[in-house]
Parts: sequence; structure tokens; C-alpha cells
Amino acid sequence: MTQCWKACLQYSILLLLLTAGMFTATAQTEFDAIMMKKNNFCAGGMYGYSSWKNYWEGTLKRENLNLGTVSTQMVAFMGNYGLSDKLNILFGVPYVTTKASAGTLHGQNGIQDGSLWLKWMPYEKTIGKGDLSLYAIAGVSAPLSNYVADFLPVSIGLRSKTLSLRAMGDYQVGKFYVTASGTYMFRSNIKIDRDAYYTTEMHYTNEVEMPDVLTFNVRTGYRYKNLIADAFVDNQTTLGGFDITRNNMPFPSNEMNATRLGIYVKYELNAIRGLSLIGTGNYVVAGRNMGQATTISGGLFYILDFNKKKSTSATPKKQTP
Amino acid sequence: MKKLLYIIIPLLVICAAIIPFACSKKITGRTDNLPALTPAKTDLDAGAWKPILLTSANEFSVATPIATTTPEYIAQMNEIKSWQASLTDEEKDNVKYWSAGAVLRWNEILRELVAKHNLPPYQNADGTYPFPSANNPLAYPQFPFANPPYAARAYAYVSAAQYDALVAAFYYKKLYNRPAPYKVDATINTLVPQSDLPSYPSEDAVVVGAAVEMLKLLFPGDQDYIQLKAEAHKRARIIAGANVRSDIEAGEALGKAVAQKFVTRARGDRAGAAAGTQTDWTKLETDCIARGEIPWYSLETPKRPPMLPMFGKVKAFLFDSLTAISLRPGPPPLTASTKMKDETEEIYSYIKDDTREHYRIVHYWADGVGTSTPPGHWDAIAAEDFIKKNYSEVRWARNMALLNMSLMDAAIVCWDTKYYYFNPRPSQMNPKIKTLTGVPNFPSYISGHSTFSGAAATILSYLVPDRTTAYDEMAKEASLSRMLAGIHYRADCEVGLETGKKIGNYAVTRAKTDGAGD
Repeated sequence: MTQCWKACLQYSILLLLLTAGMFTATAQTEFDAIMMKKNNFCAGGMYGYSSWKNYWEGTLKRENLNLGTVSTQMVAFMGNYGLSDKLNILFGVPYVTTKASAGTLHGQNGIQDGSLWLKWMPYEKTIGKGDLSLYAIAGVSAPLSNYVADFLPVSIGLRSKTLSLRAMGDYQVGKFYVTASGTYMFRSNIKIDRDAYYTTEMHYTNEVEMPDVLTFNVRTGYRYKNLIADAFVDNQTTLGGFDITRNNMPFPSNEMNATRLGIYVKYELNAIRGLSLIGTGNYVVAGRNMGQATTISGGLFYILDFNKKKSTSATPKKQTP
Repeated sequence: MKKLLYIIIPLLVICAAIIPFACSKKITGRTDNLPALTPAKTDLDAGAWKPILLTSANEFSVATPIATTTPEYIAQMNEIKSWQASLTDEEKDNVKYWSAGAVLRWNEILRELVAKHNLPPYQNADGTYPFPSANNPLAYPQFPFANPPYAARAYAYVSAAQYDALVAAFYYKKLYNRPAPYKVDATINTLVPQSDLPSYPSEDAVVVGAAVEMLKLLFPGDQDYIQLKAEAHKRARIIAGANVRSDIEAGEALGKAVAQKFVTRARGDRAGAAAGTQTDWTKLETDCIARGEIPWYSLETPKRPPMLPMFGKVKAFLFDSLTAISLRPGPPPLTASTKMKDETEEIYSYIKDDTREHYRIVHYWADGVGTSTPPGHWDAIAAEDFIKKNYSEVRWARNMALLNMSLMDAAIVCWDTKYYYFNPRPSQMNPKIKTLTGVPNFPSYISGHSTFSGAAATILSYLVPDRTTAYDEMAKEASLSRMLAGIHYRADCEVGLETGKKIGNYAVTRAKTDGAGD
């Protein structure tokens, strides 16, 4: 059951980070190293709040008195289903609201990008004192509504359809573990409402070339009985794009980079079997063309077992004694 | 559930395979791959068309060309042949790019420079704002801040100078009647369509010369880029076999000489003083209060001085200063009136109903920070229609000049009106009005977009009559977009459109009598 929660929760965190970053919806982060067991379905909701006052205009950190604090709220529904013990399918649908505390810009809201992931664990083995497992993960995402991308920083997302390919490894010794992953995200070009725009040169088209994104994530922490707690560092690098020029507005194809530090805690209730709570937060410590966001979020998840029989436990390897 | 998954999984795999590899990300602009300009008629008599500033088409002399039998000319022919003996793909691309039209390409370059420089300066530490300096264009804030009035004026001067220079060039083309290189020597390859138009002086080089000279004044910090473009353009004409070097040199010199006349005018047209001073800004406010009205205040933090409050005093192209003042419309609803209250309420209702279609309209027409401005947008609309008309270069220039003089004069009358009434924006009257695009930093009445669009649609409808309905609809949508955005009242937009049409009609009157016909 722990594993289900982790799968769920970490997926939730992923979605949160996908949607909560102010200048981006591409903050690709971790999947966890936990698989749902066959025919188990974990579903739940997350709420997240993210805000920033300072942002990086290119590499220059600044505030903007005509934006004040830009905040984003997100509510997401998500789930994870075990096709087999080694193959899971996951999805998420977020609803996002944005607001600027100063100036006159109209806040935005809407259903953002839906995503669908396949997670496969081809390898697990005990090595030395711990267990090593390796994962291959692929996901796609696409806008589920016709929201406006070219209205940063209050846009709710960037509208690219994406394909993410991720390799991940996890090593656990006793109650402690470390997980590392790298993700390459292909992003499709987008269409905006304008029919001409300037990046570092003029473009007489409404199509915008969106550079791909590379993400690394390392997390380490404690995993024992009902409790999981870890700390993570996450780095996102846009492979191309351009800097916001002095006192200009941001644009979807900016080079949006960020390094985040975060923590997350998950607790499985004893009172109601199958119910878990999570809380997580992260802070951008370095960035480029993005807000220096602080994000906190919480969620509630529940497991449904479609097996006729009783066992809802996930892969035994992660089952702590 | 499982059956569903059997579908989803292969789909995921297919997506994974297709998305990154199936479609190239490279984007193509609407004018990237245009065919070469092939004028429907040469307009050989354009030397008789009415110039804008020149007293006559031969005000500046152009030397008699050397005969095509001289060794000097033959050497110039050999320059073409040696280029053509080994052409790189880059050179071919360069020829193709410029072959779409000289006036078109320089208009696009100008729009690019405007977009690059259309950025409001960041404030000083003490809350005041720095102003760009033409004498130190590369220091922050870079010169110019190419805001809509600045841009409108830049488009007008470049277009008008190119037109006058081409009128002069066509005068000498007809006078000297020196044939194009490919008419002299049939073995010359031509990479662009051949024409019966005499090639001396080169119409392309005239356009280059006029543009380069004007842009030294208007975009002094971008000379490296401009000179690169100029060299590429001139080289393209030689490589293409369309001009020999003496065609180019005579054309460029003529273009520069004619443009000098426009530079002199520009230095004295009062635009240099358009930013005003603290005394001017305070006076606008106190005068408005003295009239019993609520004055405009900047909605930016810190409060930014109003954009070019003295631009209404700039010397117009199509009419004199008294006419400019006579075009100023009557007052907006009084700020304390029920009508003003109702109009504010109407705008509030629009922004509460911020549908996706509203955003489409607002953002398509916003043309705000970092764009080529509304005049640049209308230039793009016009250019894409002109392309289909196969105009000669001189007709291209004439029509662009008529459009851009209308747009500059629209800016003058509009800015005069804005600062005469100094009317607050909707968000000042009701801070609950949140806007779908940035609020411009100048008074509300009358709407600049509406005035520009009314003027542009009027002259363009005369020039391209089959597009009249489309221009009218575009102007109305551009005007409406400012109400939907929450940044203008209905009166601003309706009166702006009407005023713009009146200004456009001055251009129509000129067009009817400039000798170009249609």
C-alpha cells in the first residue's frame, strides 16, 4: 500500500511542479521508485499554491511593481493503475488559476494540460546491503482547453504537446533511499493569437518554435512503515530559447531554467485503510526567465483494489518491515 | 478497463514515436518564400508622379551613365559573370530573399527594428524614469523607445523618402534609358525576372540608399545590422544579373541625397521635443483639474511620465498644423457624468466576460510592448495585399507612403486629442477593471488603435478596393479589441475610428491627384 501511495503522491508532486511554476508548466520532476500492484487503482486530488515576487529577466533578478506577487493555485485530479506489477499507467488533469497582486493584468483560469504516463520497472535486484531498481518512463501531455499561452506571466501554461522520456534508478538501504532520474521532454511548436512576434528576430507567423527541455532530479530520504519523507533537488534546463530583454514581457519560448530544492512528506492513515495524506513544498534557488517561486501543496489519495482477492500490496521489495 | 488500456498503450507508443521526429520544428514566416516581384506594369512614367518633399523629380542630379560599349561597363558586366560562375546556396538564398521586393523587405526590416526597440525604459532607483538619448543610443535605455507615435513617424519618413527617391530614379531611368545588363548581353544569366525597365539608376539601390540614410537618424544604434542588410541587398542585385555596379552606385547616391531632405525635415518637425518636461506634465494635470475634470494618472508603479505628450505638435505630412487642430474631435463624456459612469460600467462588464474569443481579438490587435506597433501591423496587412498586386517598386513605395503618412498624421491628431482632454483610463475610474492586455501609459480619449485603423482602412480601401469590406471589418475589430481589453471606453473607440477616417481621406485626396492613377 505504501507503494501505491508513493506512486500516487509522487505523481501528484510531479503534476504540481508541472503546473505550479509561474513562467512554466514544464517543471518535470521525479517519478518515484514505487510500482502499483496489478489491478490496483490509486486516485486522489491535490491542491497547490505557488507564488513569486522576484523573477529572473534573463539572468537579472528583479521585482516588478506592476505585477506585485504573482500567484498560482492548482487543483488536480490524478490516478495510477497497475497494469501489472511492473507496468503502471498514470494520468493527471489540473485546473489552474493565476493572479497578479499589483498592476491591472487580468488573472487567468482553466483546465490546463492533461498527461498520461507509462512506467515500467524492467530491473530490480539486491546489491550489497540494498535493493536497486531501474525504471523507464514515458509520458505525453496536451492542453485540455483552449487557454491562452501568450499572456505570461499570468498564462496558466504554454500549450506545447509534450513527450517525455525518463530513465530512473532507485537504491534503498534499510529505511533510507536515494532516487535519481533524468528526463528529456520533446515539446511541439505552439500557435499564438498574434500573427507576428519578435524573439531575437522578427517572425511573421503565429507559430512559435518551442525548445525541448532536459530535467534532472535527485531525492533522498526515509521510507519506513506509514511514513515517507524526503528532500530533493531538481534542475530544469531549456535547450534553446531566448532571454527576456530589459523590461520586456516574458514569452513562451524563453529559455526557462530553474533549480529547485524541496521536501515532501507522506503519511498513511491507520484509521482508514487505503487513505493517505501528503504535503510538499519547494523553492526555486536559481533560475532564468522564471519566477522565484515558493510552492506548497497537499493532497488526499485513496486506493481501490480491482483484484477479486484481498492483497493490495505493491512490489514487495519496497515493503518496509 | 483493460480493453481501454489496450488502446491507450499503443497510442502512447505511437505518440512517442511520432511527436519528436515526424514534424520538423522549423517555422516558416508568411513572407519567407515569396516568388520574385514581377511588376504587372513598369510604371516607366513615374518620374512625372507628384513627389512629397522634392520640388521636382530632377531636384538632385544624376550623372549620365557610361555607355554600354565602354571598357568600364564591360568590366562591370564581368563582375556579374564572375559572381555567377560559382554561386553558393547562401548567395542564391540572398537573391531570392531580396527579389520579393525592395520596398517590402525594407518595410519588414523597419518593423523588426521597431519591435526590437518598443520597450519602455526601466525606472531609476529614485522612482524617476530615464529617457533614451539619440547621442548615446547603445547605453541603457537604448535609443529609441519605438512606441507607437515614434514608430508611426519612422514608417512615414522611410516610406516617403523611398517614394520620392524612386520618383527621381524613374525620371532618370526614362531620361537615360540605359538597358538592363541582360538586354545588353544575352549571355548574362538572370536569377530574377527580366523587365523592360531601364536599369540606371537601380531602383533597388535607391530604396537602400533612402532607407539607410533615414535609419541613421531613426535607429542610430543598429547601424551594423542595417549596413549588413544594405550590402546584401546591393550584392543580390549584381549577382542576379539585374544591375551593374554603376546602376547600384548611382541609385544609392540618389536615394541618400533625397533622404537627406527628409532627414532635415525630421530634425525640424518638433518630434525631438515630444517627450516634454516635468513642467509640461504638471501643466497637463493642473489644466485638466482647472476644467473640473478628473485628470489622467499613470497606472504604472512608479508613475511613469505620459508617453510623448507633445507629439500632437509634430508637423504632419498630409495637412498643416491648423488643419491638424481642426481634426481634433469634441470632448469625451465629462468624468463626473452619468454617461461616463455608464461607459465605465460597460467596460467592466466586458472584462468580467473574458471569453476566449475576446482574448483572441484583444491579443491579435494588441501590438503592445515588443511589437511593431499598430502602424506596423497595418503595414504588414497592407504589404501582404500589395504582394498579390505585383506593383512596380515605385508603386509599392507610393502606396506605402500614402498609408504611412496617414498613420503618422493619425498619431499626431490622436496624441493632440489625448493630451488636450487628458482623460483617465477605465481602470483609473474603476480599479476593479482588470485588463486583457497592458494598459498604455497615456490618456484614454481617443483610442490610438481606432484612429490608426480608421486612417489605414480608409486609404487602403482606396488603394485596394476589392479589400474594402475586409479593411473595414479589421478596423472595427481592432477598435473593439480595446474595449474588450478593458483599456478604452466606447466613445474613445467610436470617435477614434471616425477621426481616423477623416485623416485617411486626406491621403485619398492626395492619391487621386499624384499622377499615379491606379
